[in-house]
Amino acid sequence: MIRLERVIKIYTDGTEAVREVSLEVGKGELCVLLGPSGCGKTTTMKMINRLISATSGKIYIDGMDNTSIDENELRRNIGYAIQDLGLFPHMTVGDNIGTVPALKGWPKAKRRKRAKELLELLRMDPDGFIDKYPRELSGGQRQRVGVARALGGDPPILLMDEPFGAIDPITRVGLQNEFLKIQQELHKTVIFVTHDIYEAIKMGDRIALMKGGRLVQYAPPADLLYRPKDEFVAGFVGADRGLKGLQLIRTKEVMWRSPPTAKPEEEVKAGRERMERQGIDWLAVIDDEGRFTGWVVSSNLERGQKVKEIMSTSAIVATRNAVLSEALSLMLTSGLNVLAIVDRHNRLEGVLTFQAIQEALREAAEEVTV
Amino acid sequence: MLAGWIVDHLWISLVAIGIGAILGVTTGIFIAGKGRERTAEVVLYFAEIMMTVPSLALFGLLMLLLSRMGLSAIGFLPAVITLIAYGQLPILRNTCTAIRHVDPAIIEAGRGMGMNERQLLFKIKLPLALPVIMAGLRNAMVLIIGIAAIAALIGAGGLGVPIFRGLRNARMDLIIIGGVSVSVLALLVDGLMALLERWITPKGLKG
Ligand SMILES: Nc1ncnc2c1ncn2[C@@H]1O[C@H](COP(=O)(O)OP(=O)(O)O)[C@@H](O)[C@H]1O
Ligand SMILES: [Mg+2]
Repeated sequence: MIRLERVIKIYTDGTEAVREVSLEVGKGELCVLLGPSGCGKTTTMKMINRLISATSGKIYIDGMDNTSIDENELRRNIGYAIQDLGLFPHMTVGDNIGTVPALKGWPKAKRRKRAKELLELLRMDPDGFIDKYPRELSGGQRQRVGVARALGGDPPILLMDEPFGAIDPITRVGLQNEFLKIQQELHKTVIFVTHDIYEAIKMGDRIALMKGGRLVQYAPPADLLYRPKDEFVAGFVGADRGLKGLQLIRTKEVMWRSPPTAKPEEEVKAGRERMERQGIDWLAVIDDEGRFTGWVVSSNLERGQKVKEIMSTSAIVATRNAVLSEALSLMLTSGLNVLAIVDRHNRLEGVLTFQAIQEALREAAEEVTV
Repeated sequence: MLAGWIVDHLWISLVAIGIGAILGVTTGIFIAGKGRERTAEVVLYFAEIMMTVPSLALFGLLMLLLSRMGLSAIGFLPAVITLIAYGQLPILRNTCTAIRHVDPAIIEAGRGMGMNERQLLFKIKLPLALPVIMAGLRNAMVLIIGIAAIAALIGAGGLGVPIFRGLRNARMDLIIIGGVSVSVLALLVDGLMALLERWITPKGLKG
């Protein structure tokens, strides 16, 4: 889908920003360009939509040399998202998202419909946001609009330059998860630039690690973690591979799918039997609609007759698409060795135990090193 | 009498700002373009020099020039030309700076989505530069209304007429009437243009 052949960029001041990079990204793949600041990620990306012209080498889009396509035509078919600064401050959210559709000459009603669809896709209330201006939005909402705008013309390719860069870590994690979910539906071919190794491991089907303008290793995240090609890669990946490996696994892959539960009105006695039978020291408490409300832990069993008297309510939950590192950090804040996994309506889908995390990690490491 | 002077005064000023705005904004846009930094410097330098030439000297020069060209050397035409020249600096400077200072990230986003140079100018740069351009126009307008008093000297009428008549005949009342009227007019027009500025500022940019 996208192929770079020995691409070189030397800026007019003599800076060799990109040195003979060859790279192929398959249709529907998410390729992360990773590396320290100044290693040439942005330059590489911008040569794809010709915001920067390559000094030498070829870039093919669907087999077509990208210099043979009219540059504006090329760009209208490649979604482009940068940090939140890029939103047009004088246009509404709807008009921002409708930029490419407008350039493509879509009628107004169709543009508005498209903007609403995309807001919906990014979990923003369409009617509430479509007529707002960027300055009325929070950082996280702006980034969402940035992504929605990149998707505006329904391009097969997306270029994203640190799209979740300028926001707080929690919002960032949420956006990453949502983007991955969207990507599962849309299967865009994505080039995603980041300098954050955690983000790279989590998002990428493949990671292209760059250093000083050169491509050092191009491989799936697990390979980069467990089979670094050289010292530089190993150093960049860092010593704590185990922790980073947690970015590779999603809770849904290792959670306990129908975990033992209790209802608030139940007798504690029945609950205690269930715990003993399963050999665990907790029960997830759910209401009649199946919504997670809290935990019963074995150390509190003596404190009352009914579950509701002894349970501790908790709002700390994760979704099935969260990666294990996020789940683990939530687990740590909760002070328990279990974490509730819920759906959008807070209904309990499963439980993630600390033990499950440990096992998953051990397996992942073994799988790659065999 | 007074009403007539005011109307004349306003008319000369409005024609001057109208033509000056078109000239200044277009030139400003042009010299804000990429690779025209040098041109911009030269143009702005000339506009600055223009401001330092005493208005009377400029009138004189124009009279010479116009009469050589066989055009009317006194009255409306030389007055308007002089005023246009005086108004150029704030218009040029604001237009050029405002367009140059549009956030490059925003421009690149536009370009990255496939806008051509014309679309970038009209959809991104101009709307974002508009408040600052308007401020330049306001500035020029106040300046022009003030200087327009001198137009009376070359027979273009306006509030300069009572002022200079007062000066010649030691009539304090005429001087005051003329002077105060010019000030009030300048303030009024400034206020009106401030309203206009608010009104045309894109909604997303209002603080
Ligand atoms: N327009 C430019 N002119 C000269 N050098 C540039 C320009 N843009 C980037 N560079 C240099 O090229 C190198 C790569 O930059 P960039 O691609 O932005 O890196 P990254 O996105 O990985 O941080 C850096 O050394 C940077 O300073
Ligand atoms: Mg960069």
